[in-house]
Amino acid sequence: MSGRGPLVGVLALQGDVREHTGLLAGLGIEARAVRRPVDLDELDAIVLPGGESTTLSLLLQSAEVFEPLAARLAKGLAALGTCAGMILLAREVLDGREDQRCLGAIDVSVRRNAFGRQVQSFEADLAVRGIDKAMHAVFIRAPVVERVGPGVEVLASVEGPDGASRPVVCRQGRVIVASFHPELAGDDRLHRLLLDLVG
Amino acid sequence: MTSGAARQDGTGERQQGTLRVKRGLAEMLRGGVIMDVVTPEQAKIAEDAGAVSVMALERVPADIRRDGGVARMSDPALIAAIQEAVTIPVMAKVRIGHFAEAQILQVLEVDYIDESEVLTPADEAHHIDKWAFSVPFVCGATNLGEALRRISEGAAMIRSKGEAGTGNVVEAVRHLRSIIGDLRKITTADPAERYAWAKQLQAPIELVEEVAATGKLPVPLFCAGGLATPADAALVMQLGAEAVFVGSGIFKSEDPARRARAIVEATAHFGDPEIVAKVSRGLGAPMAGAEISTLEVKLADRGW
Repeated sequence: MSGRGPLVGVLALQGDVREHTGLLAGLGIEARAVRRPVDLDELDAIVLPGGESTTLSLLLQSAEVFEPLAARLAKGLAALGTCAGMILLAREVLDGREDQRCLGAIDVSVRRNAFGRQVQSFEADLAVRGIDKAMHAVFIRAPVVERVGPGVEVLASVEGPDGASRPVVCRQGRVIVASFHPELAGDDRLHRLLLDLVG
Repeated sequence: MTSGAARQDGTGERQQGTLRVKRGLAEMLRGGVIMDVVTPEQAKIAEDAGAVSVMALERVPADIRRDGGVARMSDPALIAAIQEAVTIPVMAKVRIGHFAEAQILQVLEVDYIDESEVLTPADEAHHIDKWAFSVPFVCGATNLGEALRRISEGAAMIRSKGEAGTGNVVEAVRHLRSIIGDLRKITTADPAERYAWAKQLQAPIELVEEVAATGKLPVPLFCAGGLATPADAALVMQLGAEAVFVGSGIFKSEDPARRARAIVEATAHFGDPEIVAKVSRGLGAPMAGAEISTLEVKLADRGW
């Protein structure tokens, strides 16, 4: 990065891309839509939006973005993933499709649709470590983290459907994942955290 | 609609069935393809092809057209079997105005209810009061007024109706152009003209004010009715649809799995003709399709 701000991409194959680019625009960042391998060039950070993770997994592979993105993440590309984006960035997905692939950028195991079907979707205020006031969290057929590897910091948890506490915001190095959609509530604080990591 | 008090885990009170939560699922489906399926096997084919959601029903619209008679909500056992077969969201249809069918689908916990003109209407004057449900609703519309009336009744997603079961995209294009064209015009209306728009559209002034300010519907706008090829999907996405429904177009074609996959790719890469060209090759025969002027029943005329 020379005089300009960081170059941030938003994976734009499917999902709520516009909400993420809108939040980044509010922070003075003109995000690049990522659909092809060449779109990864010179990125400082990438946002993986909410969407349908099984669809995104297929589209990442057919667009030949999967392998180069995984390689960039392994070399330290900063990333923020919300909901489906969290599933894609995880080491392991539970209750996914048999051929569903993950990028393995953060050492967590994530269970899809952990709360059940859409009628169980909810919104609630959520305390997140390192963020001053509660975030307003919108959980849509949301995943939760069921296993956290060493080196992964849990920033927020909620009571899962089984009554146990389940992590919903985690960070490892320069990768942040959230089960919910700050972009649907117009809350840019996780995006700011991402930009801070890029420095 | 809320559940439980504040919890001991850092979250405040959980609210379910809010408009934000309902609309939120529609936002997650954007850029994707929702496919009609009539068996658990078809549902699996759709999921494997990359569908973001499936619509569970007993007959695709082309067969409803062919068979005639009254078309109703599907057997709950079939819907449940399809829910078991896939991990993606499952939608199902109810007749216009048939809130008791919708109550059943809410008990089944379908992810979206489609109050659909493809089924035989149960009420000739009233649509369902969709605010009374915690499951979100999608409704069809042929023009902006119809879309805003459905939103005022609580719909959390609008799909342009097109003409289902025809494999002919012309009506989908007409409806989409009508909705988006009027959205564009309203943004330039002055405050006095907005009242005239509300009157002409037979829609609440508050919603007219909102679309005048934002230039878009307050809920996602998807496209349905007559799509049969990857190029059809690319066309309506370029016209401004945010996702597509494909009904008879997939499982009435020669090679459903390949066609489904190709339409998923074309929808994701709608602005890249090279990719759409690549995925359009060698898909086998599409569904035969029908000229609109030859139809005995125009499904899009249902709804008020």
